[in-house]
Amino acid sequence: MTPLAILCSWQAIRENVKGFFIALLVIETAMIGVFVSLDLLLFFFFWELTLIPMYFLIGIWGHDRRIYAAVKFILYTMFGSILMLVAILWLYNLAGTFDVPDIQAKLQTGLVLLPSHTELLLFGAFFLAFAIKVPLFPLHTWLPDAHTEAPTAGSVILAGVMLKLGTYGMLRFCLPLFPDAAHRMAPYIGVLAIIGIVYGAMVATVQTDLKRLVAYTSVSHLGFVVLGIFAFSTISIQGAIFQMLSHGVSTGALFLGVGMLYDRRHTFEIKEFGGLVNPMPVLMSFFLFIALSSLALPPLNGFIGEFLILIGTFQGHHAWAAWAASGAVLSAIYLLWAYQRVGFGEVTVEKNRTLPDASGRERLILATMAVAIIFMGVASPIFTRRMEVSTNNLLHQMERVQNVSRPATPEPAGKQSVISPGPRKNASVTKISLRHVQP
Amino acid sequence: MPILDHLWIILALPLAGAAINGLLGKNWPKVAINSVGIGSVSLSFLSVLEAIREFSLLPADQLAFFKNYFNWIVAGSFKVDFALQMDHLTIVMLLVVTFVSLLVHIYSTGYMAHEEGYYRFFAYMNLFVFFMLTLVLAANIVLMFVGWEGVGLCSYLLIGFWFLKQSAINAGKKAFITTRIGDFGFTIGILLLFWTFSSVDFGTIFAKAANMPSESATQAGVLTWICLLLFAGAIGKSAQLPLYVWLPDAMEGPTPVSALIHAATMVTAGVYMVARMHPLFSRAPIAMFVVALVGAVTAFYAATIALVQTDIKKVLAYSTVSQLGYMFLGCGVGAYAAGIFHLMTHAFFKGLLFLAAGSVIHAMGGEQDMRLMGGLRKQIPATYWTMFIATLAIAGIPGFAGFFSKDEILDAAGSGPHANITLWLLGLAAAGLTSFYMFRLIFLTFFGKPRFDEHEVHVHESPRNMTVPLMILAFLSIVGGWFAAPHLLGKTDYFEAFLHPVFSAYGVQSGIEQGASLAGAAGEAGGISPSPAMELLHALTGPPVILAIVGLLIAWWFYIRRPEAPKKLAERVHGLYTLLLNKYYVDEIYAILFVRPFLWISTNVLWHVVDERVIDGTVNGVAEVARDAGGQARELQSGNARSYATWVVIGALGFTVLMLGFWGMVR
Repeated sequence: MTPLAILCSWQAIRENVKGFFIALLVIETAMIGVFVSLDLLLFFFFWELTLIPMYFLIGIWGHDRRIYAAVKFILYTMFGSILMLVAILWLYNLAGTFDVPDIQAKLQTGLVLLPSHTELLLFGAFFLAFAIKVPLFPLHTWLPDAHTEAPTAGSVILAGVMLKLGTYGMLRFCLPLFPDAAHRMAPYIGVLAIIGIVYGAMVATVQTDLKRLVAYTSVSHLGFVVLGIFAFSTISIQGAIFQMLSHGVSTGALFLGVGMLYDRRHTFEIKEFGGLVNPMPVLMSFFLFIALSSLALPPLNGFIGEFLILIGTFQGHHAWAAWAASGAVLSAIYLLWAYQRVGFGEVTVEKNRTLPDASGRERLILATMAVAIIFMGVASPIFTRRMEVSTNNLLHQMERVQNVSRPATPEPAGKQSVISPGPRKNASVTKISLRHVQP
Repeated sequence: MPILDHLWIILALPLAGAAINGLLGKNWPKVAINSVGIGSVSLSFLSVLEAIREFSLLPADQLAFFKNYFNWIVAGSFKVDFALQMDHLTIVMLLVVTFVSLLVHIYSTGYMAHEEGYYRFFAYMNLFVFFMLTLVLAANIVLMFVGWEGVGLCSYLLIGFWFLKQSAINAGKKAFITTRIGDFGFTIGILLLFWTFSSVDFGTIFAKAANMPSESATQAGVLTWICLLLFAGAIGKSAQLPLYVWLPDAMEGPTPVSALIHAATMVTAGVYMVARMHPLFSRAPIAMFVVALVGAVTAFYAATIALVQTDIKKVLAYSTVSQLGYMFLGCGVGAYAAGIFHLMTHAFFKGLLFLAAGSVIHAMGGEQDMRLMGGLRKQIPATYWTMFIATLAIAGIPGFAGFFSKDEILDAAGSGPHANITLWLLGLAAAGLTSFYMFRLIFLTFFGKPRFDEHEVHVHESPRNMTVPLMILAFLSIVGGWFAAPHLLGKTDYFEAFLHPVFSAYGVQSGIEQGASLAGAAGEAGGISPSPAMELLHALTGPPVILAIVGLLIAWWFYIRRPEAPKKLAERVHGLYTLLLNKYYVDEIYAILFVRPFLWISTNVLWHVVDERVIDGTVNGVAEVARDAGGQARELQSGNARSYATWVVIGALGFTVLMLGFWGMVR
């Protein structure tokens, strides 16, 4: 995504170009860092590192209300991060290491036992941080502001990759480390995810600002991902991972398209557009294609993810899947309506009559996205086969942990003596942690 | 087996045509666009013929030819293949789709000749053929769903082909969204299907279903739910009550589109789906009844609206809704073959009616209002004769295609194993209405005196590339029903016999066997089985035929004999007339019930209240509290040494007290 983000900022960014690209590259580094770190502290470091350049991207190169949006963005996410930091330190105290596989192994084999309410707290702290990032209803209100005010490249990165840090975190940390808590909280999270799907779509329908509209579609689509994750089936989790990738492509592409319109007209107001198909047929054709992918038209990429999530979710929760499926109707409504108001009809604003069609650079960007959309839709096994192993592994980890830690669960919460039969170091660490727990 | 092993070629040809025309055709001359567009479809048609020839060489006991090409979706236990299959039902559909498409493509070279975006039109049409063939050839329900959604997309694009016209765009959007509401049910149906059978392949599902007992007629089991949910998709796609509202609006699209997509092929996809899923439907009596009921009521309801419409295409649109209702009635009473038979004959005569209407509109320079036509018979004879034949066919005049297929459906509804007298009466009444409104259309358009200014409108017959397809379809509208002629003599109908392997494969009794057993039972009971001559007489003078002729006569009375009579009648029953003219105000009711509340809640409750006030209010509230607290804390750091000193003392005291208390607790 980053090369595309750079490509789309080629002409849009005029001031302080050097600073802009520094920020963009730092974000890329940090995001890669988040995805590859298996050390909690390192993970946290990169996690925070993504925020700062994004803050500057929005605050410096953003639009009119950029300062408000940037501050809102950073405070919102910081709030979650702080809690996660506490949880990370707590885990360190328990396990004596920041190394995730190590912690995982210790939890799994019962070397470190988490009392159920502690697990719930830790899970909550991690989950809250991730849920804000995703963003899950009702923690989503930073997103429309951030998106609307961010420069195109910022939105593309934000939608394409950064939101997935949250869902990635859920998969990587919340589920394998705290499976019991995840299972206990799943019914509530599932309902929130569904509310997000329907709510995001309904609010998107009535937006008057094109970019805000696309931002709300993210709330809806990411609701699908969270639903898929917390349905705990192989199919739905694979669907969720696929949807993460595919949402990155489709919504990233939508933002790119919206950005191209902005470059021409310097506005996102839908009523300022209208009839754009005539002056710029190529750009608007791509736009329609991307919209179709976003509204999950088979056989494009959006369909695969959504459908797998629905199929997987349905295995355990009929009602969830049925509610979520209504998202498909709603997405058709908001995208087609928006497209109609922007693209079809007579040109209503005189300025729009002479707008130039997509340039070579823009065609390259859009064509890349279109190829990705088709490829992901038609050749999905190439992706899902690779996810298969890690998904099964994940579910396996959850299962085993559950089996081992289940005896610990019924113990009364609060003060109990957790004695782990592990090495001495661990035992001492556990003692320390107990002091933490007791009031 | 060059084609049968490579069934994908049938699909790939139109897709390639769409891609070539769509991506490169912008500045091409018409000849090039035509040869790509028509060439791809005709090659596809030829491949279908060859595939059928090869299919006929297969051993007779092989039900379907199945071929798996690659895995399309794989996740855990869920697997969808790109797999195609061909059986007798597929053959009928393939022939109808490719042949009618070919004719409509040829016709379009004349009709669309002066339009901008000519290449775009042919690209969309080819794309449509691709998706429609995918729908028909798919060997699993998810791939079928791809075609299902794809034809919806093409319908959207083609209805809104004239994208400068606001009404056309709205109609396209309405079509897409309304059918998607039905697809909501369809999707859940697929989920339930996979949940029940752990597979989405037709073969596996049907084999498993064959071992399941038929569900009771009073309590809905899982099969019933699956069927009802899938049928919801069919209601949307095939424009049945209550989701039919998009089809009349879809007439905003170019007329060839109406002929191909909104009459002959796409809208019949729902019927095909029900027929395809017959092993499930046949085991779900409640679902069957719902299908038949929706079909019969829609057939009657839409016909009443068609009585008073003045736009020539709107009449045909409501007529299509009504005829689709017949097809569902047929399927719902277990006469799948009859339903599919009507689908085929309807494709011929309704496709023809639309194309001929297009020719009329073309001749009139774009006028669609029948009140401003009249007397066109002499000026455009080819159009007149072909349209007249199609009208005889749809009205069910004996000898023409529609007579045979409609007769079979009403027969099954009236005396078949799932007969239901109320539904039969509804179907019968609709037959009379059909005859009336169709002859009304003919009389208003072609007879009487011209009601337009002959100096302004230069009526002219359409070019050859438009009239030849009309004639071919007219020929088929006559002979297309003759496969079923033996039925009149109480013998096996060839069409039904052809489809018999499909509809008898999964342990469901087919019409023929039932007919035979019934006849046998009748013979044993009464001692005499009716002679062929009696059967023929019975069919030719049956209630459908009588009603068709009555409808014709009434139309003749109103529109030829006493042209002033309709107005008087309209005044006499003013309320009813207005109700029909405004299509029972369904669009308005939907707007009040669904569209406006949806927008209002989204805007005024969710967006402005929940999002902006409640959530953002809380967030900003927290921020404000923090800022205020910070602001007050700032006051403390006033730079005043005395106040600092005071705080130091207070702090020290407080700390001491705290420590003392803590010590006390520890001890």
